Amino acid sequence: MTIDLKTTSIDPVRRTFDHIAEKIGPDKNATRYQEAVWGLQPILNQHYRPTWDPSKTLYDTSRTVVVMEDFDDLIDPRQYYYGTWTIRRGKQQDSQENNFNFVESRRLMESVEAVWLDKIRRIVLPLRHVAWAANINNSYIAAYGFGGPVTSAAAFQMMDHLGIAQYITRIGLILADNDAGILADTKSLWVENAMWQLLRALMEEAMVTKDWFELHVLQNFLIDGMLYPLVFDRFDRVVTEHTGAAYSMMNEFTVEWFAEASRWVDGVMKRAVQESNENKVHIQRWVTAWTPRVQDALKPIADAAFEEEGGNAIDEISDLLTTRADKIGLDI
Amino acid sequence: MADKVFIALQNNSEAQAIIEAILEDNTNAIANESPGMVKIDCPGRLVVRRETVAEKMGREFDLQEIHINLISIGGNIDETDDEFVLSWNS
Repeated sequence: MTIDLKTTSIDPVRRTFDHIAEKIGPDKNATRYQEAVWGLQPILNQHYRPTWDPSKTLYDTSRTVVVMEDFDDLIDPRQYYYGTWTIRRGKQQDSQENNFNFVESRRLMESVEAVWLDKIRRIVLPLRHVAWAANINNSYIAAYGFGGPVTSAAAFQMMDHLGIAQYITRIGLILADNDAGILADTKSLWVENAMWQLLRALMEEAMVTKDWFELHVLQNFLIDGMLYPLVFDRFDRVVTEHTGAAYSMMNEFTVEWFAEASRWVDGVMKRAVQESNENKVHIQRWVTAWTPRVQDALKPIADAAFEEEGGNAIDEISDLLTTRADKIGLDI
Repeated sequence: MADKVFIALQNNSEAQAIIEAILEDNTNAIANESPGMVKIDCPGRLVVRRETVAEKMGREFDLQEIHINLISIGGNIDETDDEFVLSWNS
């Protein structure tokens, strides 16, 4: 006797929400990411205009000159929504915490030569203020941007920058044996020392940039795109060569984060450039206008870090950015 | 049916990216959905490429992770860091 096994398959009536199916087609399975970020943006029934800007509705596509047929197309290639992002950051936090404990419990920073400790203090610690400005700038993008994918990713970027500011603070406290005085000294460097003033002026200008997409290009592409390779790659390498491997351990998250966040930054810009030639012209205009400002602002920091090699370092990191711009479809 | 290879994966959100990647890289592959499972048949040769899956997932992907959601396969396996290939050795 043969037994014939039969399976009955029941086709689901629908595979995903209707507004997702409208975008990807009814026969495709949606990813968690798509279901989490698409269609989040409130569009209808905004009865009152904000008293602080009655020329626009509360959520308005015209807060940037970039025009998208659908702002939901500005997706994050990392596919982060709240769940995936927190799980990933939670893991990274554990590992970062272990690194700090390792360095602290074995007092590894004591074996770093004094001249390099001083350089870390002067060149890296003031970046906690830069990271805070970046936090504010991304908070602006999250608040005034349009579309769930780009604003939620900007909120993650905002918190990531806050985390980096805290890690830099932690490095400072380890250097000073938990004496918070070092943070006050760092602030006076940031506010008074000539080396930081161009960058401080640039960060403050970024903070009052009204167009959120321009701010994305300026903060996340140009400033981060040159500052992080300069300090957390080039300078990190030099410190490591000079007895500072322990310092480098404490930058593990920052280095990993930069590589990952760049994929989002480039992805959003690339999609906007693809959308229309007008978008490309705007984004190109911002890149052309701000790039020399960022380079000038970073030059004194590169000089302090690498002395006469400073100019070369700026050229090198500008090349990195040119490569990224090429892939996006822009020229620097 | 000795000319056909197949791979069966659990039908969950993680495997979805792998399934999409397989269908993109193997134009002749046909996916059959059963309850809880997706069986992909392909004439001759079926390849799972690490890079394509990583792109669909939005993160780095180690090809060994495929075993978490793998139910069954038909064919001889040729495995490298970048590709997982099924075909029949003749």
